[in-house]
Amino acid sequence: MAIALEILSPEKLLLARDVDMVVIPGTEGDIGVLPGHSKLVTSLRGGLVDIYENGAVAERFYVSGGFAEVTESRVAVLADEIVRQSEINAAKAAEALTAAKDAFAAVSLDDAEAYREASDTLIAAQALVDSVPPHAIDKI
Amino acid sequence: MPSLKTLRNRINSVKSTQKITSAMKMVAAAKLRRAQAQAEAARPYACRMGEMLAALAASEFGNPNASPLLVGRPNAKTHLLVAVTADRGLAGAFNANIAKAVRAQLAALEAQGKTVKIFALGRKGNDALKRDLADKISGTKNFVGKKVISFQDAEDVAKELIRGFKAGEYDAVSLVFNRFQNVMTQKPTEQALIPAAAPSANDNATEHNYEVEPDDGTLLERLLPRNLAVQLYSALLDNAAGFYASQMTAMDSATRNAGEMIKKLTLNYNRARQANITKELIEIISGAEAV
Repeated sequence: MAIALEILSPEKLLLARDVDMVVIPGTEGDIGVLPGHSKLVTSLRGGLVDIYENGAVAERFYVSGGFAEVTESRVAVLADEIVRQSEINAAKAAEALTAAKDAFAAVSLDDAEAYREASDTLIAAQALVDSVPPHAIDKI
Repeated sequence: MPSLKTLRNRINSVKSTQKITSAMKMVAAAKLRRAQAQAEAARPYACRMGEMLAALAASEFGNPNASPLLVGRPNAKTHLLVAVTADRGLAGAFNANIAKAVRAQLAALEAQGKTVKIFALGRKGNDALKRDLADKISGTKNFVGKKVISFQDAEDVAKELIRGFKAGEYDAVSLVFNRFQNVMTQKPTEQALIPAAAPSANDNATEHNYEVEPDDGTLLERLLPRNLAVQLYSALLDNAAGFYASQMTAMDSATRNAGEMIKKLTLNYNRARQANITKELIEIISGAEAV
């Protein structure tokens, strides 16, 4: 039993193949999707998409946010920005986190929308830094 | 009768023009291939996004608090037309067609008693429209010097449009752009951006049976601006591909016309040359006879 996974960014279709299980970072918490999952639409927070094959993680992608549509036989991840975990640039990630922190500190509490956006960006940047693959950290 | 020298000069100048147009055709063809590939690559995302939005929008039917981005404002008065054109010319009627479509749309909307504003996306459209409609152009943006349009560019424009909408500068937004059908045809098309396809009672019958996280309203609030950016992005990509296709066709016919012109001029040149020789011969013969 396999589930058809599609990972799409606005620019292109990044990946389309059958996998055993995929874990996506929903805004309300991580969601593990197996074949036969009930129909679901969710927004995503910044985090890792884990692709499981033969009982182990086969590939990991970082998404900065977006949406996912799940049906019994298919998962479509519509990502805002997406990078393979092995291709994350640690220095750039740290930079993005600092920028997001500054932006979050500067945003006014009265503007609910700007506040939400800044906090989403901060969460995504933090997740990006956390997702830096271990071997890349040694290089800094 | 033009002299031989002027004819020769004209032939040479048409020849160099032909060289330029044929080079431009080659360049346009190469860029067209890239632009077309980019447009095709972006299609799956736009397609999925559309499906998801349609499913969610159906559930908002009859909800009085539905997002105005989705259902629009009651008695919309001001209408914004986003004219998408290329930044460069020499592409036949490509940009002029958009200007024409915008003018027609403007007349139709004004006949309904609406105020119309124009956002010129692309340099040529701005140039063409500002001549007589300068007071209606509320904003303009172009991508001069950019090789490829990135999604970020489209998102920036989308943000600007949403900001204006929320500030009440306009109540409805539609897009006028050249839809890329194939290399020969680019069709000026109008597409509504805000409101994004109001849900109808018909949709409601087949209400979606998705579980939604966090909830319909919150999700739509994130999805709608995103959808706007995606629509703009695909329009911009269509515009880019259409522009190169149109430029290629225009340059192809320019090259062919130059070829015809060279043929005609060469014929004239040879006739004049022959006439000159004949004249000289007659002069020599009659000179010899006189002696």
